[in-house]
Amino acid sequence: MGAALTIQTAYNIESPVIPLYAVGLATRDSIILEFSPTIIGLILAGKVGSNIASELGTMRVTEQIDALEIMGINSASFLVLPKIVAAVIINPILIIISMVLGIFGGWLFGTLGGAVTTTEFVYGLQYAFQPFYVTYALGKTLAFAFLITSISGYFGYYTEGGALEVGSSSTRAVVYSSIFLLVANYLLTQVVLT
Amino acid sequence: MIEVKNICKSFDGKQILDNVSVNFDEGKTNLVIGGSGSGKTVLMKCLVALYEIDSGTIIYDGRDFTLFNADEKRDIRKEIGMVFQGGALFDSQTVAQNVAFPLEMFAKMNPAEIKERVDFCLNRVNLPSAHELFPSQISGGMKKRVAIARAIALNPRYLFFDEPNSGLDPKTSIVIDNLIAEITEEYNIVTVVNTHDMNSVLEIGQKIIYLSKGRKSWEGNKEEILDTDNEEVNDFVYASELFKRIRKSSRDR
Repeated sequence: MGAALTIQTAYNIESPVIPLYAVGLATRDSIILEFSPTIIGLILAGKVGSNIASELGTMRVTEQIDALEIMGINSASFLVLPKIVAAVIINPILIIISMVLGIFGGWLFGTLGGAVTTTEFVYGLQYAFQPFYVTYALGKTLAFAFLITSISGYFGYYTEGGALEVGSSSTRAVVYSSIFLLVANYLLTQVVLT
Repeated sequence: MIEVKNICKSFDGKQILDNVSVNFDEGKTNLVIGGSGSGKTVLMKCLVALYEIDSGTIIYDGRDFTLFNADEKRDIRKEIGMVFQGGALFDSQTVAQNVAFPLEMFAKMNPAEIKERVDFCLNRVNLPSAHELFPSQISGGMKKRVAIARAIALNPRYLFFDEPNSGLDPKTSIVIDNLIAEITEEYNIVTVVNTHDMNSVLEIGQKIIYLSKGRKSWEGNKEEILDTDNEEVNDFVYASELFKRIRKSSRDR
């Protein structure tokens, strides 16, 4: 993603007015503000969301959740809460890794392809850097992690029927998680960045 | 004893249980029989509050379960063991972990005591060497036995079995039936078994309740069921060719 972003930015700003270090700056801000938290969030909604919904859905239709309830365990908090906590802890780490890899990929392929030099790219990365952008991106990630796991957990936990309904719950979990994630992304951007 | 008084349950306006009253006795295997869709599973799930009843009362040894709040129900459920139709074993855990699960959650035991109890329970159901297997690696009969081991791990006072013999061969069914009867007698607990297996009825039916269209249609024991005049029960009991022949040969004699 970082590589494609760098190359596209470089070839779209072929102008004597705009300095080439803007490629590094655009890559940095795009990846930190949008691509890492949102795109990785959508990917996680697909992967983690479907996994949570299908796992809980299968547990529901095979009566494993009933078995937990019979033992006197609050099954919703026992099954869903650890997933929310895990996502809230792990997703920011994944996002940080994706930011580093995205920017590294942008530098690597941007310089290898001759779109930008290392000096210009690194200067762009450092130019007018606002640490708050990282805080904002990680804050967004926390919100997305909560949304993905709680929405998917809801659809999985309340599955009724059999294998067909488990698949249906899984699909709905991914669709609703993605939609809510995009809406939350807009709202957070509107509220926090403007 | 579990006393069930006039319970009703409907789903989307369809009456599934209609004014059912019955007592489930201690130290006996209480069988609830009836055809598919007669309301057996719904009755059992109402008994353990997996479904909320519309009206009526369920009393566990003098404690009115229907008046309890969610936390109180959870407390009483620690005295309940249930074996589900498919076993409901946790896929991600080994056999030993499945049996240890309720002990780890509720029993104040150290790991050595838990291991000892798990060994005891698995030996009790004749599975002394299945500890490290996952549910996907064992047969249907073994799954049922692991589920029974898990259900008895906390020494429950009330034990429920939903179709314990479904999908099992006749020989394994008898093993499971005998296990249910032995555990009931050994621990002197209230055991409720949902079944439509006539072999089970004749093996362990110390008290039998026949449900039809959500109503209790007949009550008796395994000796009485073969001679009852109740037409619905007779249709159910003598549906199979085997039982028709047994009746014919006994009448011929």
